[in-house]
Amino acid sequence: MPQYSTFQPKPYRPRMSPYWYFERWPYLKFMVRELSCVFVAYFAVVMLFQIHAISAGPGAYARFAACMRCPLILDLNAIALVFIVFHAVTWFALVPRVFVRDVMGPGIPDVVTMLPNFGAWLVASAIVAAFILRFI
Amino acid sequence: MSDTIILEVARFHPERDTEPSYQSFEVPLRADWMVLDALNHIKDQLDGSLAFRWSCRMGICGSCGMMVNGVPSLTCESLLMNFAPGPVRIGPLDHFPVIKDLAIEMDEFMGKLQKVRPWIVRKDDYVPKREFIQTPKQLAAFQQFTLCINCMLCYAACPVYGLDPSFTGPAALALAERYNLDSRDQGSAERTDLLAQHDGIWDCTVVGECSEVCPKNVDPSLAIQQYKISATKDWFKTWLMPWGNK
Repeated sequence: MPQYSTFQPKPYRPRMSPYWYFERWPYLKFMVRELSCVFVAYFAVVMLFQIHAISAGPGAYARFAACMRCPLILDLNAIALVFIVFHAVTWFALVPRVFVRDVMGPGIPDVVTMLPNFGAWLVASAIVAAFILRFI
Repeated sequence: MSDTIILEVARFHPERDTEPSYQSFEVPLRADWMVLDALNHIKDQLDGSLAFRWSCRMGICGSCGMMVNGVPSLTCESLLMNFAPGPVRIGPLDHFPVIKDLAIEMDEFMGKLQKVRPWIVRKDDYVPKREFIQTPKQLAAFQQFTLCINCMLCYAACPVYGLDPSFTGPAALALAERYNLDSRDQGSAERTDLLAQHDGIWDCTVVGECSEVCPKNVDPSLAIQQYKISATKDWFKTWLMPWGNK
């Protein structure tokens, strides 16, 4: 039995393109935000190697530092840093969209929920930078 | 500046076409015209066969939602002058079956709305003899989510719904949360059983575009994330205190 008849026209069912995330900037931003977590994982692994090298002694840390000075690794780290900053900024920008309103009640301006996160991020980064520059 | 503008309007005739195509119309570019006025000009003066929905012309009924230059918009609130010099591309809302031209089928959406039980559910048969008193704080908890006009722009903006039409979607989930937060309602456990599932709140990946395109600032994304948190708290409660109620 045919599914289509003159009196019940079949609607057109659109299909999303496999490249839908290129169609609008917010979608591309979403995909880059999600994929940039790979670079977060990469930096976490690098940090684990760094901690291991520190605990293994000055010789091991010198070898690790020499490896990290390799131009290829420097380029990779620069790219990873850009993506990690993008990841952090886009996630903090989402805070008003996911904020638990039980904490402060409804009607809180977006900026009030976003700014403390950016502030805490800057302070934490400054502390880590100061520690690294002072002791390592 | 030219005193006309080109509108590229999606055309689809279900008995002749296999997919939509775009037809260009030249319409007057008037300072006080919305895109909807231009569409009505086409319908009245140029081609009476053009099909599209509209009603109130003031952003209340939610009927005239369409894709305007690829962005889900209420055409009655989209100033034509903002798109000058054009052309302006107008299509049916993304992700919905197209009946004809710019008119989409809403059956799936209506089914999803019904599924979330968007009414006050009471466990008891208590019928109050007078109005149910709510404090301003209790009202403020859900008032934002009552402003939804079911225009479906959020569905057209949601890639999750586009990829998986079984996803309950932003407006229906926001409405469910609206009733969950209502102090008169006792149906949140029933709704959570239905919606804390693969097709419900956990399908949302926080793209956030539903909230960006919402013409009433309902913020469905916020409602869904709140719902995720309350569903998680409920799950922990049932796990830690299996003897207690959800």
